[in-house]
Amino acid sequence: MRRKLLIAIPYFWLLVLFLVPFLIVLKISLSDTAIARPPYTPTLDLSLGWAGVKDFFSQLDMENFTFLTEDALYWKAYLSSLEIALVATLATLIVGFPIAYGMAKAPSEWRPTLMMLIILPFWTSFLIRIYAWIGILSNEGYLNQILLWSGIIDEPLKIINTTMAVYIGIVYTYLPFMILPIYATLEKLDESLLEAAEDLGCSRLSAFWLVTLPLAKPGIIAGCFLVFIPAIGEFVIPSLLGGSQTLMIGKVLWEEFFSNRDWPVASAVAVILLLILVIPIILFQRNEQKNREEG
Amino acid sequence: MNDNNGNTDFAPWEDPAEKPLIEFRNVTKRFGDFTAIDDLSINIYDKEFYALLGPSGCGKTTLMRMLAGFETPTEGQILLDGQDMAAVPPNKRPTNMMFQSYALFPHLSVAENIAFGLKRSDMPKSEIAGRVDEMLRLTRLEQFGKRKPHQISGGQRQRVALARSLAKAPKLLLLDEPLGALDKKLRQDTQFELMDIQEKTGTTFVIVTHDQEEAMTVASRIAVMDAGRIIQVATPDRLYENPNSVYVADFIGEINLIEGKAEPLGDKLTEIHWAEGEAPIIGTAPADLAKGTACHFAIRPEKVAISSERPETHANAVQGQVHDIAYLGNISTYHVKLKNGQIIKAQAANNRRLSRRNFTWEDPVWLSWTDTAGVILTQ
Repeated sequence: MRRKLLIAIPYFWLLVLFLVPFLIVLKISLSDTAIARPPYTPTLDLSLGWAGVKDFFSQLDMENFTFLTEDALYWKAYLSSLEIALVATLATLIVGFPIAYGMAKAPSEWRPTLMMLIILPFWTSFLIRIYAWIGILSNEGYLNQILLWSGIIDEPLKIINTTMAVYIGIVYTYLPFMILPIYATLEKLDESLLEAAEDLGCSRLSAFWLVTLPLAKPGIIAGCFLVFIPAIGEFVIPSLLGGSQTLMIGKVLWEEFFSNRDWPVASAVAVILLLILVIPIILFQRNEQKNREEG
Repeated sequence: MNDNNGNTDFAPWEDPAEKPLIEFRNVTKRFGDFTAIDDLSINIYDKEFYALLGPSGCGKTTLMRMLAGFETPTEGQILLDGQDMAAVPPNKRPTNMMFQSYALFPHLSVAENIAFGLKRSDMPKSEIAGRVDEMLRLTRLEQFGKRKPHQISGGQRQRVALARSLAKAPKLLLLDEPLGALDKKLRQDTQFELMDIQEKTGTTFVIVTHDQEEAMTVASRIAVMDAGRIIQVATPDRLYENPNSVYVADFIGEINLIEGKAEPLGDKLTEIHWAEGEAPIIGTAPADLAKGTACHFAIRPEKVAISSERPETHANAVQGQVHDIAYLGNISTYHVKLKNGQIIKAQAANNRRLSRRNFTWEDPVWLSWTDTAGVILTQ
């Protein structure tokens, strides 16, 4: 009984903080826009009794979802979000793996300091850090100034307001989420496994491919999901760094809500985004569970 | 004990024409200020089962890691088959190592672990599966080929590690405390299994251990190490019966050490004056000692007879009182306190039931031994 009660607490939490808001959004996505407060119809009026409930459900329809398939903007935004998230995840992995590897190989007395340095950026507001990148990447920014001054380029590089800037922003922001799980697996790696591989005829490089990488796989997969899942719905980075050129679903969602005040369409966009994300989230859960069973 | 190759005459180290498989020539290894191996020279011969025995930190593991190629000597040379190994990296050496932690690849099955080294060799693909099966049979793991290392027991993991290191048929197999993680019973069984496998494959084995019983059981020769130096290299029986120093005598098995001054009687017989009012001990010295040389008389407890009357036949006899009895089942060790306070251990087989034991606590007894039962050590 006590155990059930204990389990009930997180379930209740999920119900209140996840399922109920989701149902509200789902309901709005099935409604129509209205010039009213809230800006959609129907709203449930329980004073009318059973007839009111029936009337309420009869007015819900899939109209907004059909609309999303008709306008190319939406599926293009979904696709481009997927693409940006995929490329950015890969780039984060390429940058993050060597850092995690270096941390795991560093003398053990340095590791807490290095870990601290990885987490340190979180102490500053995310928004301020992204604004700082505008200062670095803009045409008159520090990066261009240094490159012009050193004579490497003659014309300022156009980085800000391009997809490139979005990639830089995502890699920068989500790097710790990639590094930490990979570091956790690499740190556990028994050095004698690599010696055994060498002893059995591997070069250093092939020992890395055949032993280090397969054993770091759970960490790599976890890191990739931890970057990919939030990156796909990212809104702040594309709107501040990507300018008008970058099409991402998070931005579309924001515009539907606040510029168009079309809550039902915006909710439909959100519901579909969630459905797209459910697949990688389930895969991520499977990966974690498999690791727990093997560990 | 040294006939584990089924041949009592297996003693290549006594044949000057025999070329050693491995030669350490004045090897020194330093880590910063710390000298792990100090000007060490040894020869290991083909088909030997060579044990490096010593307390932890004596340099035995460093010695083995230099053979595997994970460490390079600071000074001196290591030759394998007459070839200097300094420049040869671990993956190019005809040696394989069985790690203390086994170091099995957790992401690979038992069979894949065994095949790992073969796949890196120039063995044709078609022959690898056959070789893996052969190794699985040799180590009695046929049913476990598909399991992952975490799905088998500690003893089985130990055998996988052995099979993996033997798969490439190395000239030299290095075993780093291979049985350390097993419980006593399993360890004893595995020791005989190891000897059996060594005999079947004809591979030269070098084993590192801190367990003297293990070294005595498996090895053809044992090198006793201390602080980066070899103290004595000998067959187990010679090491036990003729230790060259107090350190070796004390390290291998139980021993009584009596300090005294030598007085030669001629013909290698020597008197040792060890306590006021006690008759000198008569022993046999390896060489004639100068009068007054400080020395230790060392004698194993099982070579000391215990009796209630003074025996007439033995050259040496001392009187004491039973201070303690350690009952070990098959034998008992009697701790006998002499008049000067020195304790001498004597062992007797319990060939009678306990209730009819001859001696008990506080009994006055005589301890006796012949003039050849002990050794006189000056180091």
